[in-house]
Amino acid sequence: MNSFSYLRPGDVTSALQHIRTPGAKFIGGGSNLLDLMKGGIEQPVMLIDISHLPLSEISAQPGGGIRIGALARNSDVAAHPLVRRNYPLLAQALLAGASPQLRNMATVGGNLMQRTRCGYFYDTAFDACNKRLPGSGCAALAGRNRNHAIFGASEQCIAVNPSDMNVALTALDAVINVQGSHGRRSIAIADFHRLPGETPQHETNLAADEMILSVDLPPVPFDEYVYYLKVRDRASYAFALVSVAAALDLHLGRVTDVRIVMGGVAHKPWRATAAEAALRGKILSATAVADAARVAIDGAQAYGQNDYKIELAQSAVERALLHAGDLS
Amino acid sequence: MMEDKRSVQKPLFIRAVMAWTHVSRRMFLGSAAGMLAALTTSARLRAATREHTSQASVVEDATVPVAKFGNAMPMTLHVNGRQYDFLAEPRVTLLDALRENLTLTGTKKGCDRGQCGACTVLVDGRRINSCLTLAVMHQDQQITSVEGLAQGDPLQPNLHPLQAAFIEHDAFQCGYCTPGQLCSAVGAIQEMRAGMPSAATENLQARTIKCSKAEISERMSGNLCRCGAYPNIVEAVQSVMVNPV
Repeated sequence: MNSFSYLRPGDVTSALQHIRTPGAKFIGGGSNLLDLMKGGIEQPVMLIDISHLPLSEISAQPGGGIRIGALARNSDVAAHPLVRRNYPLLAQALLAGASPQLRNMATVGGNLMQRTRCGYFYDTAFDACNKRLPGSGCAALAGRNRNHAIFGASEQCIAVNPSDMNVALTALDAVINVQGSHGRRSIAIADFHRLPGETPQHETNLAADEMILSVDLPPVPFDEYVYYLKVRDRASYAFALVSVAAALDLHLGRVTDVRIVMGGVAHKPWRATAAEAALRGKILSATAVADAARVAIDGAQAYGQNDYKIELAQSAVERALLHAGDLS
Repeated sequence: MMEDKRSVQKPLFIRAVMAWTHVSRRMFLGSAAGMLAALTTSARLRAATREHTSQASVVEDATVPVAKFGNAMPMTLHVNGRQYDFLAEPRVTLLDALRENLTLTGTKKGCDRGQCGACTVLVDGRRINSCLTLAVMHQDQQITSVEGLAQGDPLQPNLHPLQAAFIEHDAFQCGYCTPGQLCSAVGAIQEMRAGMPSAATENLQARTIKCSKAEISERMSGNLCRCGAYPNIVEAVQSVMVNPV
């Protein structure tokens, strides 16, 4: 790990002043950043320790939603009574991720900023990675791409976002509250992460001088018929090959609203809006679910070793919806 | 209980502190804030040296760099009820500080990348991977490593119930992952008793956790065992969960 200067600001204002130092990074839980620093992928010259700032509260909001502080630990969010009762999909997704030790460390803000696990990005022995070295190419395109994207990729990058939490947050219409030198703003989760395009080095729309303060979850009707399905190489403690956050609002068997979001398949959580539209208004049935799952993989493109993901995604969407709707 | 305050390798420590103070004074000259930092820091260190117990702590004021690039800084960790004062760079992980600076080598370095759990320790009662966090970030917290689980005379200790259960259930072979398994199991049992759910919890709304093998396997999944002692580890943890001592 490279040397760096370390400081521990007393409040958000001074943290934001110091983040303007070139090469400075915030450290919260540290579980992703320090891993990347050990590999030489991240080489900050200054670490600004924000782990002690008072940003870990989880509170009910006047309008019926909740606000989750950026420094709330993943394990605390998953165990919080309001999350378990009103947003069980988020609890399920968080508990599907990482290990108990890591969930005790990892923060919500850090999870949003989590970087891809693409092997070519993670190993500096490889020369070609546009995410790590812009302009150097993408070794995964014709290389080991078993874990890579089938939606929204570009010739510059086919890496995927590794987070489970982000998939559930997308299904739950989360809003990210951030603060920077130009004040505060709120970013819808759908606009927070980026597709790779020509600039895969930019994974989020968070500005370099901004800090995540909290995540808001609005009141949603998805507190009963939900399921987070994670398909991976072992039963626990592995990243998703494909995951699906499925949420249904059912009235007398009819789908009044639905969310279908896939993880492990794109550079950001991939919301299957056409599949949602295919299911909305229908009576929930195995046939309707199978039809929606077929629509969910429209436009998918694989790169060889990840060809299996297209069929897997379709099956996973189908199974997650059946499970969410108590049809399985 | 009063903390036993001791400095690691005291004579070397004192010499190192004096060297550090000299360097820091030179480095900080250049700004008023820097001078103030150097003066307050060196005054504090002189006092600490005089008492042979450093009270140096992380400076909370953002205008004062805690450690400049490449410099060791005085740190204090509270491990197993004892206070340890030492010098280390901010990039030293909690794992390396425990093993190299405090010579508490019970905590093991496996992958050093958060993938195996061998380095698991408890910080303020919660299990974490000590390899993926910095020592400097935990100076105001209580750390428990495997050395802190047994109580009493080190030569004839009263084993922690989990240590006794691991022996009883033959829950290890080579033993390298065992310190991490034990600390992780302590955390897992606390989390289960607190009603925290896991991916194996069938009813997220339930306030009590069923102590099934599936629950324990899932909750211990952050600790790999290359000898494959998993079934016995699960039995050992379950026996303590079911029959609290």
